[in-house]
Amino acid sequence: MAAKEKVGRQPMPEQKPEVRAKNFKEVPLGYSPETAVTEASRCLNCKKPGCVEGCPVGIDIPGFITRIEGGDFAGAIAKIKETNALPAVCGRVCPQEAQCEARCILGKKDEPVAIGRLERFLADWERDQGDVPLPQKAPATGKKVAVVGSGPSGLTVAGDLILKGHDVTVFEAFHKPGGVLLYGIPEFRLPKEILFAEINYMERLGVKFEMNSVVGKVVTLQELREEGFDAIYVAVGAGLPYFLGVPGENLIGIYSANEYLTRSNLMKAYLFPEYDTPIALGNNVAVIGAGNVAMDAARTALRMGADKVRIVYRRSREEMPARAEEIHHAEEEGIELFLLTNPQGFLGDDRGKVRGMECIQMELGEPDDSGRRRPVAKEGTEFELPCDLAVIAVGAGANPLLTSTTPELSLNKRGYIVADSASGKTTMPGVWAGGDIVTGMATVIQAMGAGRAAANSIHQYLTWGW
Amino acid sequence: MYTILSKREMAQGTVVENVISAPRIAKKAQPGQFVMLRVNETGERIPLTMADSDPEKGTIKIIYQVVGKTTALLKTLEVGDAIQDVAGPLGKATHLEKLGTVVCVGGGTGVAVLHPITRGFKEAGNNVISICGSRTKDLLILEEEMAAASTECQICTDDGSCGYHGFGTDLLKKLLDDGKVDLVVGIGPVPMMRAVTNLTRKYNVRTMVSLNAIMVDGTGMCGCCRVTVGGKTRFACVDGPEFDGHEVDFDELMTRLRSYPDQEKDSMNRFDHQCRAEAALK
Repeated sequence: MAAKEKVGRQPMPEQKPEVRAKNFKEVPLGYSPETAVTEASRCLNCKKPGCVEGCPVGIDIPGFITRIEGGDFAGAIAKIKETNALPAVCGRVCPQEAQCEARCILGKKDEPVAIGRLERFLADWERDQGDVPLPQKAPATGKKVAVVGSGPSGLTVAGDLILKGHDVTVFEAFHKPGGVLLYGIPEFRLPKEILFAEINYMERLGVKFEMNSVVGKVVTLQELREEGFDAIYVAVGAGLPYFLGVPGENLIGIYSANEYLTRSNLMKAYLFPEYDTPIALGNNVAVIGAGNVAMDAARTALRMGADKVRIVYRRSREEMPARAEEIHHAEEEGIELFLLTNPQGFLGDDRGKVRGMECIQMELGEPDDSGRRRPVAKEGTEFELPCDLAVIAVGAGANPLLTSTTPELSLNKRGYIVADSASGKTTMPGVWAGGDIVTGMATVIQAMGAGRAAANSIHQYLTWGW
Repeated sequence: MYTILSKREMAQGTVVENVISAPRIAKKAQPGQFVMLRVNETGERIPLTMADSDPEKGTIKIIYQVVGKTTALLKTLEVGDAIQDVAGPLGKATHLEKLGTVVCVGGGTGVAVLHPITRGFKEAGNNVISICGSRTKDLLILEEEMAAASTECQICTDDGSCGYHGFGTDLLKKLLDDGKVDLVVGIGPVPMMRAVTNLTRKYNVRTMVSLNAIMVDGTGMCGCCRVTVGGKTRFACVDGPEFDGHEVDFDELMTRLRSYPDQEKDSMNRFDHQCRAEAALK
């Protein structure tokens, strides 16, 4: 065991910041098979593995890592796929440092095993092998399941229930499946080719995808039940962007992060004019907010050719909600952090286009309800921050499009669906819900965890009737 | 497959009517609602308010003016071709109720959106007077359909080549002066809708307008279509597209509609160039 500890955590090669800041290609380049085996050899294969407890979908992490160490990559990826249908996605976007890797025993003295990088390596290795083998499906049950929303939570339910023999149809409002993985996460963090390969795998398993289906409008949940769906899983995400509510916010050149990223990612506006969707180009960009979405928007603006991109945040670095790795990548690429700064209004030119932002400096006061120190304005510190493009990335709430036509679903006071936290059951018979439309904005893997729990509950219901 | 079942050119080819196969949408579509469509794989998503729908046949009708690359591209599709993506019905349906006298004022392609609303108000038992206007006779659309959908239909052209010589607001003013009007519906270019609401404000007559803001998803997810109504930011896609015209900030709407002048010109020029090159090859 002592010998094992001598090997340090294997770094993952990356595109150099000055190069990648000008392209949309993926930033980390992935492990080689040799590096993966070396990294896997660091795992102590604990009897009571904390990492598994830290994983919202309970992947047998030591199980797949020991197979990598033995060179059995096919066995290792099969192990992951027992519990996770989207390893290429999770290996890239999960906050492992707060989940599995946070619980790794090696992390106490040294650095934890790079579980996320190994997961990603396996998924990429398998895809490079050509045809991905399909696991054995249970015999057909004759039960029909509708999944509303094709984001990470919906895909997890679809992937789980198709293997259990149910007939699964996924309804998506957009013209392509993937939800936030498609419209929200940029190419340089999750190449769309990889996402489509994961979705293609689901289609090969037999999952049907119905695009352009705005459930709640074109068909209600009640009508889906009447059409013969025995169970419905609602995972429509938190799709209602928050704005700041300050003067001048409707000037040209001010986007919600949802709009900015949807134009760029889903509609491929970064390839304009090859693709028809336009997007405003800024030389001097301000992104308001400091979560992962804000980092994605800032790094997109940089790749679109901006000279200067600033993250404007009213609290301090410590309270920034983005993953450490995202902040690190953004700063490496030259994005500036404007901390303890609060926008109070936008200024426009004579054509109605944004030219600047009125800001005030903040200081941290007493902790608020969230436990974070409340930012308080410092009187007399108002200043003007020039910008010709602003992206507002301060979160999203519950979109009422589906819930407003479904009176049977109980909502909480913020408009989120009330669902049992262990099973995902809602107040409407035969309907489950999970992901951001239940919890509010959270992570991809949390949405997948909710999907896993709901899939188990749905399977039980379809098998036993409760 | 959203197959095009019929194609009709109007207003000297500047306006096109398509009937499209879309059974699910047709089953639910109501007057005032719109669809988001994407012509092909590299296309943008644009909102178009439906001009009609037939739940039995499973079809919807769109009528659009060729104004840029996307509509020009859409016009190249013939009967039998399919539009890649159509999603809907979106937005709130017109609240059709019996009020008494309803005046429906349509300008340009706005008449296409106005037509099912006009018919709906008549079917709801109202006395419906419609006013259809355009710059000149050849650009008028759906005069016969509008006449059939209303109790009385008045035509006007800016140049006097058909009907009353002047603006629709002149005819509207007469109606407002002559008798009791319970509701005005104004749909058309932004300056026209603004003129209508400025007039009816003086008479304190409730006025509904349908806003054609730029959209991306059409489901309230991005906020691209935000408009200021009564001092508050609303999303045209989910809170509208119809609003109380007296509350709408038309200047802001006009400004936001001009968000991408350079890109739109660039796209159109490239498309023209490509069309000319293809024509030359033939």
